[in-house]
Amino acid sequence: MTPFLSLNGVRKEFAKSVAVEGFHLDVAEGEFVSFLGPSGCGKTTTLRMIAGFETPTEGRIKLAGEDITYSKPNQRNVGMVFQSYALFPNMTVAHNVAFGLRVRKEEASARDERVVQLLELIHLPDKGDAYPHELSGGQQQRVALARALAIRPKVLLLDEPLSALDAKIRDELRYEIRRIQQELNITTIYVTHDQEEALALSDRVVVMSRGRIEQVGPPFEVYNTPATAFVASFVGQLNRLNAVVKDNTNGVLRVGDSEVRTTSPVDAPAGSDVFLMLRPEELTLDDQADNVLTGNVDSVTFLGSIVRVQVAVNGGRLTADLFNERLLLLPVAGESTLVSFPAHACWVMSRESR
Amino acid sequence: MTISTAPVQVGAEIPPAEPPGKRNRLFAWLIVLAGAVYFLLPLVTTGYWSLRAVKDTLGFEAYRRVFADPAFVESFTESVANAIAAIIVSLLIIVPTAYWVTLRLPRLRPVVEFITLLPFVIPAVVLVFGLIRIYGRPPLLLTRTYESSRILLVGAYAALSFPYMYRSVDNGLRAMDVRTLTEAAQSLGANWATILRKVIFPNLRVALLSGALLTFAIVIGELTVALFLAQHTFGPFMANLTRSKVYEPAAMALVAFGLTWAAMGLIAFLTRPRRKVTR
Repeated sequence: MTPFLSLNGVRKEFAKSVAVEGFHLDVAEGEFVSFLGPSGCGKTTTLRMIAGFETPTEGRIKLAGEDITYSKPNQRNVGMVFQSYALFPNMTVAHNVAFGLRVRKEEASARDERVVQLLELIHLPDKGDAYPHELSGGQQQRVALARALAIRPKVLLLDEPLSALDAKIRDELRYEIRRIQQELNITTIYVTHDQEEALALSDRVVVMSRGRIEQVGPPFEVYNTPATAFVASFVGQLNRLNAVVKDNTNGVLRVGDSEVRTTSPVDAPAGSDVFLMLRPEELTLDDQADNVLTGNVDSVTFLGSIVRVQVAVNGGRLTADLFNERLLLLPVAGESTLVSFPAHACWVMSRESR
Repeated sequence: MTISTAPVQVGAEIPPAEPPGKRNRLFAWLIVLAGAVYFLLPLVTTGYWSLRAVKDTLGFEAYRRVFADPAFVESFTESVANAIAAIIVSLLIIVPTAYWVTLRLPRLRPVVEFITLLPFVIPAVVLVFGLIRIYGRPPLLLTRTYESSRILLVGAYAALSFPYMYRSVDNGLRAMDVRTLTEAAQSLGANWATILRKVIFPNLRVALLSGALLTFAIVIGELTVALFLAQHTFGPFMANLTRSKVYEPAAMALVAFGLTWAAMGLIAFLTRPRRKVTR
């Protein structure tokens, strides 16, 4: 399959720093790909290079078979949605949506039809005559999305579109974006620093750090089998315990006085210090799983659907996320407890790679 | 225990203290009053003087004579036309410049600011002699006819408006997210001309209006440059009248004052936001 959008060896240098380097990515038509990483990791710069607002120092960008590395932003036919909505304040919602079509000198009747169609798509059919300042943030961002889609772009670029919205609207709009993307089958690149957003929306997630790609893969894979220490710590929460390798070929560690079994050989000699990494949701406060540690409950935080329990064990402190249920017996801070986790949940990392 | 649902009377128990700013407010009003007297007294006395053209009676004879003078209407109309031309030239120079500086050359901002401030530093007399020296001989001979000199006059007025226009436009640009709006328009396929025309200019409306009003106010009664370029505009007309008449200059000063305000009001009216709000 030939990729619809491809970035080949893209590198971007600014006066004093390298923002992006060695960036290779192929995106299939209709795919939803998120660039995920902390601020300054180069995700927005990469998006801006696809949009044409930045020119790569090295490498090529191809879109629908055409090399667009050096073409102007207004000739690329990409739709862009910004964090700050960037609606034109002097124009009504309908005029905002129609702007790209007017620029393309599309016929008035076809244009109006398209505007109506898009306002229905974003569930704001009666807001055509409103001005942006009369709309809520969530509505403005919907209009921005409609405006970007109006020109039937080859690719839709979204630069942290939900960051300026409050939590509830953010959740709603997140699913709305995905629904629209799937309905139109439009190739989409989504930049975010919010891992939950990236995991919930994407077909594939590109995790970036310091200008480089750390891992590319479907959300499930990125979360459950992180390729690097950075991905493991950035995507999802992670517990880290001090451990010593007891038997590297059979994957046995010692954590405090207890023995911990993993499913694969450990890539470190016996006797060396390593970190044992565990996801909070893999832990249970019983002795039912392969590995059992003893500890004391430090604190219990009730978060609604989950209960977060901090347990001090020999070798560090663990955070366990338990699903809330009506009959759950909440642990009490100060009491001793058992913590267990399956062997396949263990992820061992040498101390040097941190 | 019953809980009262009666509205709590705010301040019912605590006696209202004397507002701490009461003395300050009085002082503020005194300053406003002093300012009003300072500005209004000359207008009132001028008005009174303008009504005394006929001996021992108060009347509008001076006004009748001013309006009867064809030179008044001609010179005033010419000054209005010059002002509008100067505003347009100034806008066409300042808006793209300020936009480009904001967007692409923010480091040049202090330099551009300094250049736009030059009209404050260079006296009008120096400016006009400079213009005559450069444009008074070939190859750029512009002082030969009245109309060509008028081009110089409009150019000079546009330059005089730079400090006001640049500041207004710059403030307007800072108040909006120029970069993102530009990028949004670009991604939708707009070129620079379209972005300026459809996005930047309309969103600078208020800023442009204030710049335009200031320019208008300076240009309408400007004397020095107009006099040396031998233009029959309102400034020289007024100066001439002051030398030869007694009551008419007072009447005319008030009429000019009113007309200037009316013209500004007209600009404000014509450029008002035309938004229909339908929910």
